[in-house]
Amino acid sequence: MDIVFSQYAWFAPLFPLAAFAVLTAMGRGLRTTGAWVATIASLLSFVLSLLIAIERLGDSAEDYTGRIEWLRAGSIVLHAGYEVTNLTALMLIIVTLVALLVNIYSLGYMKDDERISVFFGYVALFTASMLGLVLADNLLTLYICWELVGVCSFLLIGFWFRKPEARAAAKKAFIVTRIGDLGLLIAILLLYWNMPNHELDFTSFYNVFHSQSGLISTSLTTLIALLIFLGAVGKSGQFPLHVWLPDAMEGPTPISALIHAATMVAAGVYLVVRTFDIFAASDAALTTVAVVGAFTAIFAASVGLAQNDIKRILAYSTVSQLGYMMLALGAGSTTAGMFHLFTHAFFKALLFLAAGSVIHAVHTQDIREMGGLGRRMKITAWTFGIGALALSGIPPFAGFWSKDAVLAAALDDSPWLFAVGLAAAFFTALYMARLFFLVFMGKARGDARAYAHAKESPLVMTLPLLVLAVFSVAAGFVETPWNEWLGSWLTDGEEKGSFSSMVVISSIGASLLGLYLGWLFYGRTSAGRNPVAERLPWLTRLLERKYYVDELYELAFVRPLAKLGRGLSRFDEAVVDGAVRLVGSSVQAAGKLNTRLQSGQVQAYALYGVLGAVILILAIAGRRFW
Amino acid sequence: MTMLSSYLTLAAVLFCIGLYGVITKRNAVIVLLSIELMLNAVNLNLIAFSKYGINASLRGQVFSLFTMTVAAAEAAVGIAVLISLYRRRVTVNVDEFDELRR
Repeated sequence: MDIVFSQYAWFAPLFPLAAFAVLTAMGRGLRTTGAWVATIASLLSFVLSLLIAIERLGDSAEDYTGRIEWLRAGSIVLHAGYEVTNLTALMLIIVTLVALLVNIYSLGYMKDDERISVFFGYVALFTASMLGLVLADNLLTLYICWELVGVCSFLLIGFWFRKPEARAAAKKAFIVTRIGDLGLLIAILLLYWNMPNHELDFTSFYNVFHSQSGLISTSLTTLIALLIFLGAVGKSGQFPLHVWLPDAMEGPTPISALIHAATMVAAGVYLVVRTFDIFAASDAALTTVAVVGAFTAIFAASVGLAQNDIKRILAYSTVSQLGYMMLALGAGSTTAGMFHLFTHAFFKALLFLAAGSVIHAVHTQDIREMGGLGRRMKITAWTFGIGALALSGIPPFAGFWSKDAVLAAALDDSPWLFAVGLAAAFFTALYMARLFFLVFMGKARGDARAYAHAKESPLVMTLPLLVLAVFSVAAGFVETPWNEWLGSWLTDGEEKGSFSSMVVISSIGASLLGLYLGWLFYGRTSAGRNPVAERLPWLTRLLERKYYVDELYELAFVRPLAKLGRGLSRFDEAVVDGAVRLVGSSVQAAGKLNTRLQSGQVQAYALYGVLGAVILILAIAGRRFW
Repeated sequence: MTMLSSYLTLAAVLFCIGLYGVITKRNAVIVLLSIELMLNAVNLNLIAFSKYGINASLRGQVFSLFTMTVAAAEAAVGIAVLISLYRRRVTVNVDEFDELRR
């Protein structure tokens, strides 16, 4: 089968990049027109991605790589290029589809914002960078795009920069992910020094770490893998660098759906999948990935139980689900990890967009002030319900299949990881039930007037919800115990999914138990009280305060570093600036002294001239005698 | 060569007296006179060299005639400037002319 569209894959990031350029050049005057430009650009990218994916569905589609020499400095040659494989085709579909839907949704959600074209410009830039990240054929190109999406994330979290919380959240996100980025950068440098011919592309990684293992020592491999994983931990909000993701919810809700749920935070997972050959060569690294993933999954899920901000609950849920993906990768199954990334992108984007629709209607994010909205917003409630069921892992929704794949992979690795994953699944179902019942069921608890004004969002916002709901139901069927299409497509049939009825039954059991308890506590009576929480107030407090991680970081890192920074800035002001000021002021003083000479008296000038001549004569005559 | 050096010494003395006058005198008319003194010291040099110099010729004397002519014109202009200054400021004290500072 000929490959046609794959060759033109590099157009995919170019469309949104062009849209960004147009929107930036034309400025704010464009308003809605600019929004449409960006939306059409993302539609073009989506169509191209769809064509590529369809082309690759054939059995014998070969991987396509195109690269150019980017930099040559002496013997150092750096390449930039793109690579189209089944994996990148899948990611292209995910990114462009969610980006397109979020663009459409934002047409409604951001309608009244005066900086709407700036918003769409940033989203277009983000889409372009994310597609670049997906397509990159080597780690360096990936890293550039990796930083670009970080910048876009920063800009969009701080989009409403007049809110001090948004400013703080943007800074926090940028600085915390920076820690991870540094790890990735060091890993790239280590690879550059140690790879034969300084190759940084993924094919060479496969050759070195998979086919001829032993070329790079195990301890170095482990170090590199852990540093790469540090980058992924920062970007994907894994413990202990998860703290930025919940705060990032200060950004507009479509951004939370696009960047902080479906695509950018999944970039960390994608990075690990892309460099999985390195991880596979080191057991220690794999174990670390699995343990961090599992811990993050249960940690974040338990925090999600006690939050009251609708977006924060979803954010912690995202962190937890990303932990699931890492758990699957650590257990050695890229298929399960990518499968969960695939389904999660749809149902979590759906949940965020539905939450945005709710916020749009009632203008609050506190779930204690909501309730009974299901009667007013039918489409939102139904689609949110579908998303919640998918996230909770109820068959036949998408999340069930992918979560089962993750849990099965975990069980293959270690029963402990499986148990932790199962507990996290229980928590997931519980907090989703709490969220759903408190927001959509029962009586309205908040401002009665706000409730009376709450109405269903316009079609431009509900349409993406419906599309995503369809995917949340159907996306799971690409990989089921009786149909392992995705796995064989992604890995050329190398990976076989493992299936056991025990996993299925226990996961359904955990999810149903979670939903039932949720209904018992929050759904049956409209009181919305949790007897367990009331009996154990210290536990509730611990969860509400997010295990005091933020406070701990504040005490252990932020304050000492701020103190150090203040000390350094004082040193800078006193010593460095002082030296500069000294030079400046001494020249100024010399100048002032010289202005005294300018008296305006011609006779004085004549005297200076004579003195100068005398000095000159003395100098010339003196030289003769020396 | 003693003749030459005695002329040159005389010229140097004249020049220095003129210079002293230019720098120290407060009256603008005296300053102008001192300038003339310095010019004539130079003329004396020219003439001394034209008579006793290594390539003695009339050239120096002719040149000093020109200098005198120009000096006369210069003195006329100088006096004219001085008179208009006096009309404006009612003084010829050079200490009070410090426009160059502004």
